[in-house]
Amino acid sequence: MLNIVHMTVNGKEVELAVDPRESLVETLREKLNLTSVKRGCGVGECGACTVLIDGVAIDACLYLTMWAEGKHILTTEGLKSPTGELTPIQQAFIDEAAVQCGFCTPGLIMTGVELVESGRKYTREELRKLISGHLCRCTGYENILNAIEKVVGVDS
Amino acid sequence: METVGKSFKRVDAWGKVTGEAKYTNDLMPKDCLQAKVVRSTIANGLVKSIDISEAEKVPGVVKILTCFDVPDLQFPTAGHPWSVEAAHQDVPDRKLLNARVRQWGDEIAAIVAVDNVAAERAARLVKVEYEEYEPIVTVEQALAPGATPLHPDIRKDNIFVHSSMKTSPDFNYDEAKKKAIEKYGEENLIEICDTYRTPRISHCHIELCTSWAYVDTNGKVTVVASTQIPHIMRRVISQALGWPVGKVRVIKPYIGGGFGNKQDVLDEPLNAWLSIQCGGRPVCLELSREECIAMTRTRHAAKGVLRALATKDGKLLAREGFIYTNKGAYASHGHAVTAGMATNFKDIFHEEYGCQSDAFSVYTTSAVAGAMRAYGVPQAAFLADALADDICYKGGFDPLKFRMDNCVPPGFVASNGITYYSYSLKECMKRGAEHIHWDEKRKEYANQTGPVRRGVGMSIFMYKVGVHPISLETSSARMILNQDGSIQVELSATEIGQGADTVFSQMASETTGITMDRVFIISTQDTDVAPFDTGAYASRQSFVTGKAVKKCALELRARILDYASYMLGRPAEELMIYQNNICEKIHTGDGAPAPDTADREKNAAEKLKEKLALGGAYIDNTRNDGSKGESEIYKDFLDGNIKEYDIHDLPNGEASILRDTGVEKDVKPGKVLLSMEELAMNAFYSLDRSEHITAEVTSHCKENTFASGCCFVDLEVDMPLGKVKINNIVNVHDSGTLLNPQLAEAQVHGGMAMGLGYGLTEELLYNDKGMPLNDNLLDFKIPTAMDVPELNVEFIQMDDPMGPYGNKALGEPPAIPVAPAIRNAILHATGVSMKEIPMTQQKLVAAFKEAGLI
Repeated sequence: MLNIVHMTVNGKEVELAVDPRESLVETLREKLNLTSVKRGCGVGECGACTVLIDGVAIDACLYLTMWAEGKHILTTEGLKSPTGELTPIQQAFIDEAAVQCGFCTPGLIMTGVELVESGRKYTREELRKLISGHLCRCTGYENILNAIEKVVGVDS
Repeated sequence: METVGKSFKRVDAWGKVTGEAKYTNDLMPKDCLQAKVVRSTIANGLVKSIDISEAEKVPGVVKILTCFDVPDLQFPTAGHPWSVEAAHQDVPDRKLLNARVRQWGDEIAAIVAVDNVAAERAARLVKVEYEEYEPIVTVEQALAPGATPLHPDIRKDNIFVHSSMKTSPDFNYDEAKKKAIEKYGEENLIEICDTYRTPRISHCHIELCTSWAYVDTNGKVTVVASTQIPHIMRRVISQALGWPVGKVRVIKPYIGGGFGNKQDVLDEPLNAWLSIQCGGRPVCLELSREECIAMTRTRHAAKGVLRALATKDGKLLAREGFIYTNKGAYASHGHAVTAGMATNFKDIFHEEYGCQSDAFSVYTTSAVAGAMRAYGVPQAAFLADALADDICYKGGFDPLKFRMDNCVPPGFVASNGITYYSYSLKECMKRGAEHIHWDEKRKEYANQTGPVRRGVGMSIFMYKVGVHPISLETSSARMILNQDGSIQVELSATEIGQGADTVFSQMASETTGITMDRVFIISTQDTDVAPFDTGAYASRQSFVTGKAVKKCALELRARILDYASYMLGRPAEELMIYQNNICEKIHTGDGAPAPDTADREKNAAEKLKEKLALGGAYIDNTRNDGSKGESEIYKDFLDGNIKEYDIHDLPNGEASILRDTGVEKDVKPGKVLLSMEELAMNAFYSLDRSEHITAEVTSHCKENTFASGCCFVDLEVDMPLGKVKINNIVNVHDSGTLLNPQLAEAQVHGGMAMGLGYGLTEELLYNDKGMPLNDNLLDFKIPTAMDVPELNVEFIQMDDPMGPYGNKALGEPPAIPVAPAIRNAILHATGVSMKEIPMTQQKLVAAFKEAGLI
């Protein structure tokens, strides 16, 4: 049996009929075609499916869509301005060569956006801890840290 | 150079930071069926029967197919170019589904259903009756007398291949030792005889292994796949299905990492067959993370039974290595990885008497070992460098000096003819030692006491570029001029995250004179339209495909200038393309016409060989008289400052023709005569001469060279905790001219992190039933941001005459030297010689206890 869920996704109100066992990553990818939300493990190990739920970065694979009733969901697709400009975090990822295969990138960018929204600055060691829920096999995290630090680092 | 060598931003970065870059599953159609593989729950045996009656009842199940339904065709899976010589062809040792089970999780049936839930429920209800045999998990079990041969149709026992390599045919370690005793006296010799081990690990690309397949309107079975090797996959699917190649189509979108796992054909042939069995309807087969880790491919675990002999003043006399690798259940890349390991072990150091290395690839009932970043060389480097430091420790030698004295020399020519042209290994070591403050730290850390100790360690490596002459190296490129003077570049060398699309665009821009913003590379490969290339592996693409890009760009440029000549009424020789304009060409030199490009390259290579006195005799001389035999030219720059050495300064002017980037020497652009846009619009729509300007070439690469480098580590070991803290680490790479320094550095970062995991935490474990124990990302520990220190990268840039733009391999090498460097730094810190990686906290604590340190 399907249940109806109401949520705001990237600023747009949606009403969907979902299986109560359905995870948010499935709903976002398969029903709303938001394919920036990547699935790398399905069990909260890799962080590739990170989205913001009411501003908090969460693995969408561990979050039942039913729990999103009344909540605001933000994915990487929702970051672009109406005229196509990127956020400072996205631009920093480009400038610092923090992107390689790109599969972990949208999830990391969402964590970056969460940090920007917090309004505070972070040390590099704090950032290491804060992004440690994201696995990346390409970059050694060096340039990812450089990119995020450029926007929210204590010296930025 | 105008474009090559500059840090352009990645051409795919925008698409990736916006989440708009599409990967395989992002493109899946809405009506796609979902497949699930039914896997064996034993490691070794035979499927007697399969009962699908309960599974079929699950709502949503469309089709269930078993190992008794598949075509009776065995096929190979390696991402190698096909060999036209039967003896060198990859071994076909599996079917789409197999009744003979050779690993826990072997593929015995497949469910196709309307969704994953139905497919997984049905898979759980399939009942299988087995005839069960003893699991053969380790190499020792596989080689034990009476062990069941896993592939009796292919090999009578479980040794897939044994190969033996020697520096000279008559070399024998024991004979060499006798000679050494006579020459130096036994009391003046040091010997190490020990066994060293490296683990089986998983690539852990973040995108899962996935594909979706359908039969298109032309009747072609079409597979959209996350792969490094679209054209090879097309051929393998054809072999597996018994379909003609022309009826198979592979499409490769962006991929979320490969690292060699996707240099193999995995479940894509099965997926193609499932779609065909379902009337050509689209079927997706995405593996779970657990399946990706233990049931695709892995890096070979290696055991090295090693011996080395040196004099007490640090001269390496002889080495011997018997290297056994765990190949797992199927051949995959065959013996190539293990053979590469043994070859590299032999070549990286040089001895007075020589070296023998024997390589055994051994079938076992465990995860299949195939290609993984640096193809056997990470194992070889650990074996060679651990052995080297154990000699140094025993003899009291400085490991840096020992390597300077005994490493592969300049001008080295391998037994297969691969020549080390642009040699910077020793310069890399010098730079690394400076970075880490080697001499000071070796002294500072010499006499420590207490539970926390510090050490510095190092490791070196060399790595060939691509696979010539062991296998075919061929690549094609196509370029198409658009009406606005921009171009499309189409290749089948694949972007897998390493930045290939960006550096190929830079090459095309460099040689055509069309600026980067007007060069559009097509990232997706569709084998129906993309020109042939074998794909992303062997750190080959910037070298091998780079030559195709250059050749194609030169041809396109010649056609553009020919059309410009028609429009302007002036000879093409008087014209050049510069920043999207046809300009007058002004000669700044003696005005002599430039020789033909092909001749220039050929002459350059031959002249350099002469200059360096390279050739077979060179190495023979080195071995016989025991001298290093460094040619004069190398002595010149090894003794001096390499920064001042420029290959263009070679005497007699030959340097200036060493490497033709397509940018002519001694010319500069003069007056602008015509814009590319005007030219292109005319070429398209002229009523007098309409010509669609394109170029398409094949480049058969018959050149090779070596890249090299080193890692230096300064670390701290907390012995009671077995915890290693890296205080400073640097990789220094000799990869020729850098095409894009920022991306090159990023590539090295990733390799270093992979090396850290290899050295400290990663190992895929099995129980005695042959069942994988840690096939998930929580228990299989790849480094997180908290496990990786700040990563330092340096380069020694020297043009390599064989590289199309002076460049050579960089993709895989960064992963090689880190693990042995850490191991050697732990030896320096504690005096404990670790014989195996990963050096987990548990293993370190056990070793420190055994040494009486805690």
